[in-house]
Amino acid sequence: MQKLLLLGDEAIAQAALDAGLSGIYAYPGTPSTEITEFVQKSKFARENHIHSNWSTNEKTAMESALGMSYAGKRTMVCMKHVGLNVAADPFINSAITGANGGLIVVSADDPSMHSSQNEQDSRFYGKFALVPILEPGDQQEAYDMVHYGFDFSEKFKVPVLMRITTRMAHSRSGVARRGEIRKQNELKMPSDLRQFVLLPNIARTRYKNLLRDHSSFIAESDASPFNSYIDGSDKSLGIIVCGIAYNYLLENFPDRIVPHPVLKIGQYPLPRKMVEKMADECREILVIEDGYPMVEELLKGYLGRGLKVKGRLDGTLPRDGELNPNLVAVALGKPDTYGLPIPDLVVNRPPSLCSGCPHIDSYYALSETLSELSNGRVFSDIGCYTLGALKPYEAINSCVDMGASITMAKGAADAGLIPSVAVIGDSTFTHSGMTGLLDAINDKSPITIMILDNGTTAMTGGQDSPGFGKIEEICKGLGVEEAHIRILKPLKKYHDENVAIMKEELAYHGVSVIIPRRECIVAIDKRIRDKFKNK
Amino acid sequence: MKKDIILAGVGGQGIISIASIIGYAALEQGMFLKQSEVHGMSQRGGDVMSNLRISHNHIASDLIPFGQADMIISIEPLESLRYLPYLSKEGWVISNTRPFNNIPNYPDLDKIMGEIAKVPHHIALDAEAIAKEAGSTKAANIVILGAAAPFLGMTYEKFEDAIRFIFRHKGDKVIDLNLVALKAGRDFADRHI
Repeated sequence: MQKLLLLGDEAIAQAALDAGLSGIYAYPGTPSTEITEFVQKSKFARENHIHSNWSTNEKTAMESALGMSYAGKRTMVCMKHVGLNVAADPFINSAITGANGGLIVVSADDPSMHSSQNEQDSRFYGKFALVPILEPGDQQEAYDMVHYGFDFSEKFKVPVLMRITTRMAHSRSGVARRGEIRKQNELKMPSDLRQFVLLPNIARTRYKNLLRDHSSFIAESDASPFNSYIDGSDKSLGIIVCGIAYNYLLENFPDRIVPHPVLKIGQYPLPRKMVEKMADECREILVIEDGYPMVEELLKGYLGRGLKVKGRLDGTLPRDGELNPNLVAVALGKPDTYGLPIPDLVVNRPPSLCSGCPHIDSYYALSETLSELSNGRVFSDIGCYTLGALKPYEAINSCVDMGASITMAKGAADAGLIPSVAVIGDSTFTHSGMTGLLDAINDKSPITIMILDNGTTAMTGGQDSPGFGKIEEICKGLGVEEAHIRILKPLKKYHDENVAIMKEELAYHGVSVIIPRRECIVAIDKRIRDKFKNK
Repeated sequence: MKKDIILAGVGGQGIISIASIIGYAALEQGMFLKQSEVHGMSQRGGDVMSNLRISHNHIASDLIPFGQADMIISIEPLESLRYLPYLSKEGWVISNTRPFNNIPNYPDLDKIMGEIAKVPHHIALDAEAIAKEAGSTKAANIVILGAAAPFLGMTYEKFEDAIRFIFRHKGDKVIDLNLVALKAGRDFADRHI
C-alpha cells in the first residue's frame, strides 16, 4: 500500500478509523487538536456515523468515552497534557472500573512549552493510574500503536494511555496503512454490570484486579513489539531511550549502528527483564527521555546508591526542555555542531493579537476603565486574549489554568481586592468558568467578569465554541441579575460608550458580567474564503 | 542525496506551501521525508519555522541538528538570521529582502542586509517586487522557492510538476501565476550565483 504523508496526530486518527473507532471525544488543545479534526474531516467517519463533535472540556470528553467503552465500542479521547489534569478524576477511576470496548486516552505533552503553561509529563499519570502507556518513536509507530492499543485494552479490559509530544504530533512522515479496515464493535454490555459501580466494596475488588493485572502488563511490555533490546559490543554504557528520543540517538550514528546496547522503549510499565539485562551487562546506563526524568529516577532510586545512571538528573542532559540531536550528541561525548552565531541585532518576534482582533478594543477599554485604580486587578485565562499580557496592552495579571480567571478574581475580592476583574473567552467560560461563576453568585462576590465572546475557540484554530449563542442565557440561568449582564460591541467607535458601561459595572457591588461580542477576525476571514470556495 | 532545509518566516507568510511543494517533488522521486511544523500560539504573528528533511536514505531525527542544515529559506530577512546556528559551513541562505514589520523594535533593514551579506553563500531578493512583476505579490513565497530551486538537488521540472499538483484545485490562472513566479525566482538566482 502506498505510504501517506501524515502528521503524528493524523497518523493516530487514521489508525483509529482503520481500527474500528466508533467515537472520538476531545476538547481542542495544541498539540492534540489535529487528531479530532482529522476524524471530523473524514468522509469515511461521516459515512460510518463515527462521533467526533467537540466536547465542552476534557473531563466531559473522558467520561463520554468511558460511556462508549461501557457500551462495548472502541473509542478514543484526546487532549493536551494539561487537559489530562481536567480529566484526571475520570481517568484515574477508569483504571479501576476498567474498559469494555477498547479505550485509548491520548495525551499530548509539550516539552519546551511551545504553546503551554507547563511541560508536565503525562507518563506519570499513566503510572499513577497503573495503566499501560504507549509512546511512539515515529509516525508509523503512532499508527501501529493505536491498533495494538485497542486490542490490548479489550484483552485486559483496561484503558490505555498514549503519550505523544509536540514534535511527534506536529511532524510529518510517511505512514503505511494496514490493508484491512476493522469493523466497529457491536453494542455489547460489560459482562459484569457492577464493574463500573465504584462503591468502596466493589472498588476494593476492582483495585486488587488492577494490581494483579499489573504484573501481566510488565510481562506484556517484555514481549511488546514496541520495546526492543538492540545489542552493542561496547558494554561500558547501556542506553535506555524512550519514544521520539530514539531518533535523536540514531541521528548521531550515520550508519544507524550504535556501538552500545540500546533498550528502545515504546511501552510501559518498563519491560523488567530487558532492564535487568541491561543492568547486568552494562557498567552504567544513560537514559534519554523527552519530558521529565521518569525512567531515570526510577532506575536510579532516591539515594542513587544502586545502578550508575546518567541523564537529566546529573546534568548529562538538561533538566528541562525538549531534547534534540545536539543535546544527545553531547551526552554521548560526541562533538557538538553549531553554525553561525545569531547576530546581536536579532530581536524576538513574539506572537501577538491579530490586527482587527476584537480583544484589542476590549483591552483598551478595560485598561482605560481601570486607569484610576491601582494596578494588578485583572485575572485572565487561557486563550488568544492571554496575549493581552504582552506589550502594548499589558492588561492582565494572571493566566493559570482554564477557568481560573473567575475564581481567582473571586478569591481576591474575598480578600478585599475590590474591584477585581476576570477576563475569560467564551469557550474557556463553558469549559471551566461556569462552575466558578456559580460560586461567585452564591457569595455575591463584588467582581466584574468580562466574557470575551468571539464565537469560536480561536487559539487552537477556530473550532466550534460549545456555548455559542448561549452565553447570556447561561449567566442568567446561573443567577446573574439581568441588569448586570451587559453586552457591548468592542469597536474603536464605541470606545467611550464601552468604558462608561465598564465603569458602571465596576461600581456595582455584586457579580456583573460584561460580554464584548464580535466575531474573531480570523474566523470571518475563513468564513468568507470558504464561501468564495463553494461558489 | 539529502537536503536539510530550515523554512523561516512570520505566521501566515506561506512557509507551509513551500514545504508542500518541495515535499511533493521529493516524494515523487521516491525520497524519504520528515517535516516538523509549528502550530498553535506561535502562529499569531510570531516567528515560525519548519524543519524539512528530504533524503534518498532513512531519516532519523525530525529536527535538523545545529550546524548541519544545507539551506535556510526565509520569506523575511530578519527571520533568516534567527536560524543561522542551524546552517552548515557550506550552507546557503535564500532570503527575501522585504521586511514584515509587526514589532516596535524592528532592527535597521540595512544592518540586517549587512548580516545576510556576511553569510558566505547567500541570495537575497525582493520577492514581492519580483512576484508583482510576475502577476501578483501573493506568489512571493514561490519566487523565494524558485531562487532556492538550483540548490535543492532536483531538476527544475520537478518543482513545476509539484506546483501543478499542489495548486490543482485552484485553477489554471493560479498555476500559471505560480509557474511564472517560480521561474522569475530561479532566473534571479541564476544571475547571482
